[in-house]
Formats: sequence, C-alpha cells, structure tokens
Amino acid sequence: MPKRKDLKKIMIIGSGPIIIGQASEFDYSGTQACKILKEEGYNVVLVNSNPATIMTDPEFSDKTYIEPLIPEFVEKIIKIESPDAILPTMGGQTGLNIAVSLDNMGVLKKYGVELIGASVDAINKAEDRELFKKVMEKIDLYVPPSGYVNNLTDALKIAGKLKYPLVVRPSFTLGGLGGGVAFNKEEFVDTVTRGLDLSPVNQVLIEKSVAGWKEFELEVMRDKNDNVVIVCSIENFDPMGVHTGDSITVAPAQTLTNYEYQIMRNAGLKIIREIGVETGGSNIQFAINPENGKLAVIEMNPRVSRSSALASKATGFPIAKIATKLAIGYTLDEIPNDITKKTPACFEPSIDYVVVKFPRWSFEKFPNTDASLTTRMKSVGESMAIGRTFKEALQKSIRSLEIDRYGLGCDGRDSIIEENISQMLAIPNQDRLFYIKHSIENGDTIENIFDYTKIDPWFLENIKQLVDFEKTFKEKTIKNISEDEIREAKKLGYSDIQLAYLLRCSEEDIRYFRKKTGIKAVFKTVDTCAAEFEAYTPYYYSTYEDENEIADSIKKKIVILGSGPNRIGQGIEFDYCCVHASFALRNEGFETIMINCNPETVSTDYDTSDRLYFEPLTFEDVMNVIEDEKPFGVIVQFGGQTPLKLAKKLLDAGVNILGTSPDNIDIAEDRKRFGSILDCLKIPQPENGTALAVSEAKLIAEKIGYPLLVRPSYVLGGRAMVIVYNEENLINYVENAFKVSPGFPVLIDKFLEQATEVDVDAIFDGEEIFIGGIMEHIEEAGIHSGDSACVIPPFALSPGTIDIIKDYTFKIAKALNVIGLINIQYAVKNSVVYVLEANPRASRTVPFVSKSIKVPLAKVASLVMSGKKLKDIDFKRVDSNKLDYFSIKEAVLPFSRFPGTDTILGPEMKSTGEVMGIDKNFGVAFAKSQLAVNQKFPQSGTVFFSVKDRDKNDIASLARKISNLGFNIITTKGTGDFLERMGIKCDRVLKIREGRPNVLDLLKNGEIDLIINTPEGSEARSDGYYLRTAASVLNIPCITTISGASAAIQGIYELKINSNINVKAIQDY
Amino acid sequence: MKALLVLEDGKKFIGKSFGSHGEMVGEVVFNTSMMGYQEIITDPSYCEQIVTMTYPQIGNYGVNKKDTESGKIQVSGLIVKEYLDFYSNYRATESLDSYLKKSGIVGLFDIDTRELTRHIRIKGAMKGIISTENFDIDYLISKVEEYPGLTGRDLTKDVSCKKAYIYNKNIKNHKYFVVAVDYGIKTSILKCMSDAGLKVKVVPPHTSAEEILMENPDGIFLSNGPGDPSAVDYAIPEIKKLLNKKPIFGICLGHQLLAIALGAKTFKLKFGHHGGNHPVKNLSTGKIEITAQNHGFNVEMKSLQNIKNIDLEITHMNLNDNTVEGINYKDLNAFSVQYHPEAKPGPDDSKYLFDDFLSLMKNFKLSNKNK
Repeated sequence: MPKRKDLKKIMIIGSGPIIIGQASEFDYSGTQACKILKEEGYNVVLVNSNPATIMTDPEFSDKTYIEPLIPEFVEKIIKIESPDAILPTMGGQTGLNIAVSLDNMGVLKKYGVELIGASVDAINKAEDRELFKKVMEKIDLYVPPSGYVNNLTDALKIAGKLKYPLVVRPSFTLGGLGGGVAFNKEEFVDTVTRGLDLSPVNQVLIEKSVAGWKEFELEVMRDKNDNVVIVCSIENFDPMGVHTGDSITVAPAQTLTNYEYQIMRNAGLKIIREIGVETGGSNIQFAINPENGKLAVIEMNPRVSRSSALASKATGFPIAKIATKLAIGYTLDEIPNDITKKTPACFEPSIDYVVVKFPRWSFEKFPNTDASLTTRMKSVGESMAIGRTFKEALQKSIRSLEIDRYGLGCDGRDSIIEENISQMLAIPNQDRLFYIKHSIENGDTIENIFDYTKIDPWFLENIKQLVDFEKTFKEKTIKNISEDEIREAKKLGYSDIQLAYLLRCSEEDIRYFRKKTGIKAVFKTVDTCAAEFEAYTPYYYSTYEDENEIADSIKKKIVILGSGPNRIGQGIEFDYCCVHASFALRNEGFETIMINCNPETVSTDYDTSDRLYFEPLTFEDVMNVIEDEKPFGVIVQFGGQTPLKLAKKLLDAGVNILGTSPDNIDIAEDRKRFGSILDCLKIPQPENGTALAVSEAKLIAEKIGYPLLVRPSYVLGGRAMVIVYNEENLINYVENAFKVSPGFPVLIDKFLEQATEVDVDAIFDGEEIFIGGIMEHIEEAGIHSGDSACVIPPFALSPGTIDIIKDYTFKIAKALNVIGLINIQYAVKNSVVYVLEANPRASRTVPFVSKSIKVPLAKVASLVMSGKKLKDIDFKRVDSNKLDYFSIKEAVLPFSRFPGTDTILGPEMKSTGEVMGIDKNFGVAFAKSQLAVNQKFPQSGTVFFSVKDRDKNDIASLARKISNLGFNIITTKGTGDFLERMGIKCDRVLKIREGRPNVLDLLKNGEIDLIINTPEGSEARSDGYYLRTAASVLNIPCITTISGASAAIQGIYELKINSNINVKAIQDY
Repeated sequence: MKALLVLEDGKKFIGKSFGSHGEMVGEVVFNTSMMGYQEIITDPSYCEQIVTMTYPQIGNYGVNKKDTESGKIQVSGLIVKEYLDFYSNYRATESLDSYLKKSGIVGLFDIDTRELTRHIRIKGAMKGIISTENFDIDYLISKVEEYPGLTGRDLTKDVSCKKAYIYNKNIKNHKYFVVAVDYGIKTSILKCMSDAGLKVKVVPPHTSAEEILMENPDGIFLSNGPGDPSAVDYAIPEIKKLLNKKPIFGICLGHQLLAIALGAKTFKLKFGHHGGNHPVKNLSTGKIEITAQNHGFNVEMKSLQNIKNIDLEITHMNLNDNTVEGINYKDLNAFSVQYHPEAKPGPDDSKYLFDDFLSLMKNFKLSNKNK
C-alpha cells in the first residue's frame, strides 16, 4: 500500500536539549524523520528547543520552531500551523509526554490532529506501568511482581509484601530518573520519596528485584499490515540492576540458544501487537534467569530510543527512517533495504561481527555524589565498536571512550585498590571491568567472579582469554617477538600502545614492526545480511583478517574526524559541525570520509558522508583508515578536542591537515607563545603567571592581586579550574595540584570580577574575516562559557566595545594564520576588552550562532578549509549585531542526576546541553530559554535572597522589582538588614546553623518558590550548599549569579505582563 | 592445531582445527543464522555439506540434549570464525568441540569466514575439503575433484529411517493420523506435527504408495531432505500415485518432489538459501513471514507456469530473490512450502502451516463424508 495521501502537513516533536538519558540519538532519529517526510512530499513542521541539532537546520523542515518543548507552546504552534498529524515517536520521552499531554488537554481533538507512529492508547499501555503489567499478564508473560503507589504509606505496605531488594520506578520519567534499587527500608524511603516527586504524575512502581538476571533488549518494528520484524537483539554485559544506559551492551545476543531466543522473539511479537504499536518501532527489555531460562518482561518503549539508534548503527538497518515510512502508511515489504538495494526492509538483519557499546561517565565533574551504577542512568555518552569477535570489539570500544585507556587495561594505567576489590566487583561501578580483569590476573576463578558480579561466565571467560594471552608476552620483547604473535594480538583487539607496554617498547616500535611485516588492518562492510547480498553502502569497520573490502575511488577525498562519545564539554555541537563539513564538501564534489565511534550521532549515519568508518579516534585507528584511503586532506577542527589532540601526530606522519596548521593551534593553546602574540598586537589579557612551586604562586598572587583564576596546565587537560579569593585557598589548591601532578605548572590568571564575558565565532580565510556572532554572556566572567547563558546580539555592550572586539578578532585570526573557524573569549571590564582565550577551531557555540544568524558557519568554514576564499562562497553576510530579534542560549545542567553535588556554577563546565529562546523582546527570549530548560519561573509566591557581601549593592533594584510584581521576599539576617535599609520589606528566616525552623525547612515545605543565592567562595558544606542541592532535588529554581537573577526577573516580568507569548518559525525571522 | 580448507577453484584458507581430525569433503555453503548451530549441524538436509557459520562466535552456549534435529551430526564439516572452548548455558551438557569429536566431524576456525562467504556468494557454492593432517594442496584438490558433489545425487537413503516407526506412540486424543515420508526428516517437524495433535508414522523414503495408503492415514507428509531433488527419481511415481488420494503437505525436498511429480522442474541456486531471516510473502494474506531456509535447489517458476492441466497457485514468494516458496494444489488437496515452518533454528512465524494441514485434513474428511 502506498503512503497516505490524506496527510499534507506533519509535525515532528524533537527531544529538546541533551540531557542524561536523552542525547543526540534523537537528533539522529529526528533528522531522518524530517528527511524522509520531505522526500515524500509532506509539509514538515518541527519543534525542538535545541539549536545544536541537525534537524533544526532550516532546510530540513518547512517550518522550524525553536521553542520550549512544553505542551502550551506546542499548542500555539499547532494553532498557527494546523498540521494534519503529529509524529511523536522521534523525540524520546519528551516527544511522547508532550503528545500525551496534548491529548489530555484536548488539543489534538480541538485542532483535528492525528497521532501517527503510536496512538495515545499504545503510549499509555506501554508507559503506564500498572496498565503495562496488566497487558503482559493478559498475554501470559511474566512480569516481576510489583505494585503501583502514589504515596509512601502505600509503598511501605507493598514493601512489606515483597521482599527487599526492591526496584523503584517512577512513571513517565526518562532514563530511569528518580528510580533505583533499595536494599533496605532506609534506602527505600529515600528512593520512593524522590521518585514520587520526580514523576510528573506522582506515581512509582515498586517491583521485586530481578537483579542478577541476564538482561536483553529487542528492537521490534511493526507495520500496519501487522508484519513484525526484530531488527536486533542486544545482550547486556552487566546483568539486571544496572540501567541499560549504564551497561556495557553487546549485539547480537551472545549467550542464548535458538530455543531461548525464539521464546523471547515470540514474546516481543506478542507485546508489540498487544500494546498496539501499529506503525513503528519499539524497544523491549527482558530479563532471563540464568538458572532456568525463565523470561521476564521488564519494559517497553513505544518509540525510537537510545537502543534503537545503537541497533541501527550496529546492523545498518535505519530504524528511525523505516519507522517514519511506516508511520505514513508504507508497509515493510514496500521499503527497499538501502544497503543491498535489491532486497526489502522486511527482514531481520544478520550480522557477522560483534558490536560492543561502552558508556562514558563524567563522575569527576560531580564530586560527593554516589558513583555506583544503579537503575538510574548516570552516563553522559557512549562509544560503539565493531569487531569480528567480542574481545576485539570490547577493546576497541574502550579505546573509543577517550579515557586514556587503549583497550582493556594492559597499559600500566590501572589504579586498583586491593582492599576494595570485592566491593568493586559486587557493586557496579565505572571501573568494574578493570577490577574483573585484575582479579583474573590474580588467579581468581570465573565462578568466584560470577558470584560477585552475576556477569555471564562466557563474557568473563573472554576476559580471561585476554589475560592468558598477555601472559604469553611476559618474557618477550620487541626483539624476540614473532610476526604470528603480533598478528594474533591484533586479532584480539590490542592497540599498538598496549603492545608497546607489554613488550616494553614504544608505540612507534610496534608500528614499525607491523609495517615491516605487513600486519595491517583490513576493512569489512556493515551490510545487514552477513555478506549474503552485495552491499552498496560504504559503511566499514576495521579488523585483522585477510580480505579488505574497500573499493578504490578516483575522487578527491577529505577525511573528517568526529568527536567521539558525548561527554560534558564535548557533545552534539561538534557532531553538528562535522556533519556540516561533510555536507558542504560533498556538495563541492569531494568524497567525504567520516571517522567516528559515537552511535548516537548524525555523523555516524551511513547517509551523511560518502564513506563511514566506525572506528576509535586514536592515532593508530585513524592512520589505518588514512593509509588505506590516501585522502587529499584531513579536517581536525570540527570534532572538538578529540581530533585536535591527534593533529600534531598526524602531521608528523605526513598527513595533510586542512585549515589552520597544528602549530598555530598549538600557539593558541600555549599561553607563553600566545601571550607574546597578544603583546605584539597590543591586545590586553588578564595579568597572569605560571607557578612551579607554592612560593612562586604566592609571589604571582602578590603581584596581580586576588581574586585569581587557577588551573593546572593544559598538560592535564584543563580540568579543575577554580577561582580563589585569598592566599589560604590559593595555597591549598596549589599544594594539592603539585601533589597530584608533580612537575606540572599551575596557571594563574587575574580573575576579572564582574566583567562581562563575550564569545565570538568567526571564519577567516587568510585575508577576509566573517564574524558570525558576538555573544554577550548573561552570567559574568568566571562561569564556564558552556554553562552560561548568552545572547545575540549583545544587549549591553557599547558600539565602541563591539568595534574593538571586531578589530581584535581580525588581528588575532590573522596572527594565528587561521584558515577556517576561530572562537575567541573576551572579558569586558570598565570598557577595557581583555582576551581570555582563543581557539582556532569549531566551538560549542557554532550551531547556536548559525541558527541565530541563519548562516551555516561550519559549512562556510569547511569550504574555506578546502581552499576557497570567503569572497567566492555564496552566503549572506549577516551582521549579527544588527539583528532585530534576540537569540538566547541557555545551558542545561544535570544536577538532579547527581544528588549531593553542589549546583553552584564555576569555571569548570557541568552542563550537558543547551536550548535556545528566540524573540523580538529580550525578556521574552530569556523567559523562553528558561522554560525550555524546564526552569519554571513562578508567577507569584516567595523569593528567598541570600547573597554574598560583594553582591549586596546589586540586589536592591532586583528585590524592588520582584516585590513590585507581588512576590514576598524572605531573607537571612544580613541580606534582610541591608534590604530594609534600602526600604524594601522582607521577612527573615534562620540560616541552617542558626536553629529551626530554618530556610531548609521552608524550602522542603514548599514555602519558597525561587532562590537567589550567590555563594561565598567554594566553602563546601555551607548553608548555600545544602540549599542548592535541596533545590535541585525539589526542582525549585535556584539562581547563583546576580546577572542571571536580573535576567530571570526580567523574564518573570515579561511572562506576567505579556502572558500571551508568541511563537515563530526561524524561517520567518 | 593447523587445519586447512581448499575449494575446488583452488582457493585455500588456513586456520585451526577443533572437533575431530582428518579429511572431509563436501559442498561448502554458508548459513547466516546468528544462533542455532546445534540444530544446523544435526539437520539431515545438510548431509555432505560443509557449513560455514557467518556469525563469528560459535560454541558460546555449548550443546544440549534437546536441540538436536536428528540425534547425530549431519554436516561434513563446520567452519567458524572463532571457536572458544567454553560454554555457558543452563541446559548445556557438553562443548561443541567434544560433540564434534564424538561424531568424528572436523571443525575449522580462525579463518576469514566473511571472505569465504563473499567468495561463495560471488562464485557460487562449491566443493571443498577440510584437512587437519595432509596439507598438500595438489593432493587435496585431487580429493575434491574426486568428490562428485551434490548435483544429480540422491542422498536421502543415507539420512532417513530404515524401518517405519510411530513417532508419538503415547499421544493422547490425537486429531488425525499422518504418514510422514522420511527423506531426512528434522525432529522438530515431527514435534510440530505432534504438538498440533497429529499421530505420526514415519516411513522410509522408498515406501510405496500402496504401503502408505494401506495405513489409511488422514494425511501424508513429504519431508525435507538433502541433495538434488531431480535425483530422487524413485519417489516421483509413488507421489503421483498418492495424489488426490489423501491430503498432502510437503516441506523443502518434499515440496520439490511434489512439484516434480506434477511436472515442474528444479534448478540449483547459486549459493542456496541457508539462514533464519528470509522474508517470505504469503500471497493470499499479503503478510510477510520471516522464515528459516535451507535449500540449495529450487522449483523453477517458469516450469510451474507451464503446467496447464492442474489448478495450482503460487502461495508464497521469497522477497529477496522472488523465488517460489509455496504452492497450493487446490484440486489435489496438496500444498507445500520450500522453507521451514518448523524453524529450528529460526523464527516461528510460519507455524500456522501445520494448522493449515489440519484444516485440509478436516475439510477432506468432511467432503468425503458428504460424498
């Protein structure tokens, strides 16, 4: 049956900002959906608040609304656009929740909008756990016994019936947010309370734990003719008890017989039919008791998911694309398989390799939080690797993570604490795999490790094989090792770096040995069919075998290095740039080759580039591709730090690095060299110094004066930056830094207090500059630019200052011989413009600027890097300073995932993603950006003020403004006395240490609606700390900077007087 | 220990051996099922074939007592990418290695199985030899040349029962009684029929039509089996005699023999269909079944179109290559499928065919009563 002709206009709901549990996989699915619907001739309306997505590029939809993803705003869009249908299954949990709300609000009925892909009924059956349980029982499938409660009393009653451990799952939250396993009553009360709070419907499911059972997933698709296929099976390395997002997972299932698998497959078919997903894909999770094969159904997501993105990349079967086609009426047999061209999509992929997904965590960013892995997802990204065996894929997946490990240990970087071993095995954590290997090395048995971990012995045996293999290298050196032994090692997935460690030589020695003996990687095709049919899609992975499948090509090739797994500080923004580079260069006639290892992205869609290599981004793995493909050049500027780190080594290996030279990139990173350039150009930068000893640091501090911004030198990776206000703090910091990394200097900068920070993204071609955007930060300097809100055009900078910034930008770009993108951060204080840093590469703000000015910066830059001049490129020279609307970028912070971590913002980045608010009115644009990050500003109620002394002068006007809006003000004594002196009425409340009831009690009782708290230095465990962490758990807005508070109050003002905020597609600005 | 595969076109693959030692010739084919290796190697239809599993990790869950299709290993050899001598599964009783050893079957691993698969896909299924002792290429090629291959060969007698027997003596309240002609029948077909309520008597392939009809069955089943259907000529006259006497259901070789008996021709597929993911469209319902397949020969579409005297309907088509997968001979109360509704290994999407067989017998009985 052909596609539906009764639908003309279809709306797609995106998933919003990147958060833990909902990342760029939904850009991948949404982009595919937009592409398909457009290709099929539908009018496409997209709503998504995240500007850093490919799908929000104006050319992917007819109308793109970058607006908050809340039902009220989506309704406004529906009112304007009157779409015939909404496709809600591409935008993760957010998309589904909005669809359900729109239905509940009667909006769908009112405007005659149909849901396609999944009906409300199906969504409810899958998402409402009580309903789901009933449906499963109806079709004779086992669900662990459970009960569904709305309050703690009922929860405790159920707990009395079932035995601990119990799993708590809040309804309608994503990524298991608020859920967890409780082993005792105390934990249970905690988890239930939090779960009830976080569930939008105040419901949690209490479930008998099946922790320790084997965990599996199936990706299932169904069309309107009731044809059902299983696209992929996934087995979790970590058994039940760890969120699948935090589990190492393997595709296909490894330890199931056909008998067990078909039971599961049949269950999958029954479930999707009974839930009633008629046209689309679903992810179903199962558990199997390893002792008797008993199958339990855990949950179902009636939409595309993180796992479906993984399954798509793992098999070459594009689930989101096919799901979209099914939603508009096609049946599976009508859709061709892109890869084989000759066979239909109605089949079940067979793969002839093993895929391993490895999560990437960022616990180092969130001290004081519980770092164990539970049913609540905590990872921020993932890598995927393909190998011909589990061992090879596992090792590749680990070196894809960029955690400075180049495989499963065997690199001298283990940090095992002997007395913790049993605990580290028993309680899932991010280092568990390394502890398992260590235990095997120490002679522990598979049986024993299984008892601790419940990880299937087959997986453990594979690790043991690696250990056994490494033992055979014990007595060997590079001098007496044989060719066969090295070949065997490469087959097992060992990197040159690991072999260098084993054989006590350098990576170069191993490389030389391999070249001499002809041991090199070959590339195999991902073809959905295990080579049964010819594949036409060039999607490859490396392995060490005999046949290389890469076909020669005569086109001029450009390799684009991707950004690897998402992490805090390097996320979707860089993937966005890589994808744009590929699009632009393909269009220009180059053959583009993408190398990346992140399954969640658009860049790893086999449609994005001419060739896709799913490979780790290490020197060795990248060189394997380069040596085979012999490209004209390589782009390292777009993938963030990951490819940049490789630039110099690639250059030394004779690779042509396109754009700004690695040496110039290095100049910008090296403060001495960069400093002298700025001196030459007479451009000021904050006074600074480099200290190698505590005494030196003290001297520098005396010279420049406090406060200071201090950080370890870039050798350590630029983490752990702090602001110190006095000598005691400085000495503490510096002493600790030298203890951790002796011999490495500490960088000390004058911290410009209350300066305005400005970000600039520009393109330089050697002669001409195009300034894409000058962004004024809303928070003052000192907050990491990734965590602070910023606005285009600047709202407070004088024209003179803007001219100076433009002038400096040109001079620096020229001095650094930039070819391509450059990002410069400035601080403006008392009309003096200081340069904080310059990065001659794509920055995090490139997508935001591109959306704001509607010029695809990364595309233009990639053309410049390929040798074109700006004057020869056709694009609109928009002056961002003259725009008649405001675009505001706001960061999204993951603190609710990490209870116990202070939510105060500082120089170290903590946000996972961003949103954009856009409007003609600054206040409205800001309000939209806040609504989009789910920061619901109160319209009335009580505001709590507690600010540090330095900020007191600034709060009077704010307090007056909010008081005039009808809010009550409550403060601590100091702030209150000050405000009263200024004639502002306020109530008092005790600080936590002053007794009870104190401010924390009020907060917990729901008597405070907004907190404005600017912290004093970084004293841990202060009142502010307790307040902020409690606010984060209770989801009460808490603003920690004066300028942020000022913008927020302006936003509240606009929301109050201007209750009817308008929405507008970016195409219409 | 070193082992070698040499193909008839001279291509060789050097790997390691598991299972038993020695030399084994056969036709080299590949199977794309990602699980179910035990069912595959015990499937009689694989007689004289060396099976390459395209999924690279084989042996993971060992071997158990239940997942066998014939009680013994039928393949001539097994080729896998990685064999790990360790298994994990609550039903497992021994390792794949020891299972092969007991049957004297040679296994080869640590070769580029994808290269081998591509080679077969491009050049077609071909004869080959696995050797663990003699590595002299000329000698091995001469052995391959001596081997006659499958075309024109009847292998049914090697894999079928010698004496008739009742599969499910103890079945209670069975609905119908069926005689199954064993050309190399898979145990799971018998199990499927038994589960559907059929009492099944299995008879050797050479059983005459008269003997079968003497049993007065409600229906007759023609089983799967190995080799070239056109060589199983002894069966054709018997099948002809059975036509229209009783309802008939055929699977795989049985399907091919039924078609031949009615005037169709079969041909050898380039590299066959061996796997568990082939989409087959049921032309009467329009629905797609994901099917288990294992056949190197196929009924020729054109030859079916040339049959004018019988009302036959092509009921199932393979969507990958548009080959015939199912035929209904309405007037003759017979139908058959090329693929494997019993699966094992593979999806259970097509189990309804056994119910169809029951319905056919029911209607046949009813209409006979009415006569």
